[in-house]
Amino acid sequence: MQQLNAQETPSVEPIRPPEGQEPSKNKASKSPFQLAFARFRKNKLAIVGIVILVSIVLISVFADLLATHDPTKSNLLLIENGPSSEHILGTDGSGRDNFSRLLYGSRISLIVGFSAMIFTLMIGTTLGSIAGYYGGKIDSFIMRLTDLMQALPFFVLALTIISIVPEITIALFVTIIALTSWPNLTRIIRGTFLSLREQEFMLGAKAIGASDFRIIFKHFIPNAIGPITVNATLMMAQMIIFESGLSFVGMGIPQPTPTWGNMLSQAQNIRILRNHPEAWIPAGLGIFLTVLAINFIGDGLRDAFDPKSNRR
Amino acid sequence: MYKYIIRRILIFIPMLLALTIIVFALAQAAPGDPFTGQILDPNIDPEVYEMRREELGLNDPIPVQYFNWLTSILSGDLGQSIYYNGRSVLDLISQRFPNTMYLGLFALAITLTISIPIGIYSARKPYSALDYGATGFGFLGLAIPNFFFGLIAIYVFSINFGWFPSQGTITSNNLTGITALIDRLHHLVLPGITLGLAGTATYMRYMRSEVLDVLGSDYIRTAKAKGMSSNSVLYKHTLRNALIPIVTLMGFEFGALVSGAVITEQVFNFPGLGTLFLQSVMNQDYPVIMSMCLLFGVFILVGNLLADIFYCIVDPRIRYD
Repeated sequence: MQQLNAQETPSVEPIRPPEGQEPSKNKASKSPFQLAFARFRKNKLAIVGIVILVSIVLISVFADLLATHDPTKSNLLLIENGPSSEHILGTDGSGRDNFSRLLYGSRISLIVGFSAMIFTLMIGTTLGSIAGYYGGKIDSFIMRLTDLMQALPFFVLALTIISIVPEITIALFVTIIALTSWPNLTRIIRGTFLSLREQEFMLGAKAIGASDFRIIFKHFIPNAIGPITVNATLMMAQMIIFESGLSFVGMGIPQPTPTWGNMLSQAQNIRILRNHPEAWIPAGLGIFLTVLAINFIGDGLRDAFDPKSNRR
Repeated sequence: MYKYIIRRILIFIPMLLALTIIVFALAQAAPGDPFTGQILDPNIDPEVYEMRREELGLNDPIPVQYFNWLTSILSGDLGQSIYYNGRSVLDLISQRFPNTMYLGLFALAITLTISIPIGIYSARKPYSALDYGATGFGFLGLAIPNFFFGLIAIYVFSINFGWFPSQGTITSNNLTGITALIDRLHHLVLPGITLGLAGTATYMRYMRSEVLDVLGSDYIRTAKAKGMSSNSVLYKHTLRNALIPIVTLMGFEFGALVSGAVITEQVFNFPGLGTLFLQSVMNQDYPVIMSMCLLFGVFILVGNLLADIFYCIVDPRIRYD
């Protein structure tokens, strides 16, 4: 262990992880997970990311307590007011309190981002596992399917589906996002599986008569957990941007549900853009900080799971 | 190599057909007649309604409808817009297309001129101040949603400083010659930067890691050992190899550019394909939506095809079975 520690530089630099780490063979005391965790903990940016994300999660959980007003309640006497002691960030075009909407908005972003990520992960893992494990015809079929899905920019595809469905709910919205963004993850998992397939333990597992299902779940997925976790994390950040983008153009979660994208869409009105930066800048910063924090964590995980990743 | 290229092209054709099937299926799910844009008001006399449906071929079996649609597309007939009272979709698209093309090219130009030199510098002098700055910029560029960046750009540079216009493509139609060109470019600055931001961050990271990779390879050591100056090592050996993945990346990043253009154009009220698409989505103008889906899909498939072929031509190390 001592030797391992000595080789680890304190990873202040976001870029290059320590030089060639050889896991010492005679020390069975630490699992790969524990080693990864130890590396993750030393990544300062990742810790910053965790702190920011945990704060945002806390805000979204305790939004009820922190909010000063009902985020959906309009007050037609107070339209587009500037900041006051009553409304810290003023009110929006329907007289709703911006500050309370900002707090509740974090909830929608996190819920949509997280559930869309889980959903995509389920589709991507299933298809990626099948393609990578079995290979051959079924693999080329699934790969052509991902090619095809990637031929339609997912923003365009999502907007098209949204234009067809009569009414958008959060659950439907998450489904649409997941159905349009699984190809990337599928490719990554498939690629990892293809390389695992060539390794000896696969032959060993086959030889002792393990079923395909068992090999996939007991051997392949645990071995691929690094890339899966990293990409799922980074994907959640993309989902949050995606959701806010759709809400921004007025095609996402419908009003009056408070989302950061909905708050930013007010700024398409030049009057609000010019005169009430306090109404839209905080929502944008909210998205920015959340995505930044998640990306920091994702990069930290990447370095932790695969110390050679950045050197390729 | 030729075998691979031919096989790649042969895959491209069924992909194109599959794309048309997807678009067709989406259109089938949409209400009304999404292809020709004839409005069918279900409240009219049921007999007349049936007659119109029959006339438009909407009662034909699905495969027949598909082939009819396919033949009309191939002959350049994309149907008529509902929202624009029967204007031809092809007309609408070709009218908006140049604006989006200029925007995309401008954004790409900004992306490449910034990301490639900085990526090279970062790789040659890793852990320098500029490298750290570039890494920081990369994190910011990937975390800031482009519409938020666009709004801030308008707020700061257009409203507060008044340096750049915040919307449209031209000030007036009366300008001619060089002033018209400058006016156009002037309008492109903010949306171009906004659209190019995420790409700049991505390409910069790629470029850095590629150059770093190549610099560590044996042939670079050999080139240095035989006494080549570091500049000619850089330009003759490193860049040629490091740029290959970047060019292929361009082919695959095309979709991201299209998605980005939709939202950027909305922020800047820019009369391009993106705003046309959004407007059609809002007004449920299905003939336009479906034609544009198809168009974007074809663009991206062609982009991927060219990227694959290019990769195969310039990098003989790649062997396909």
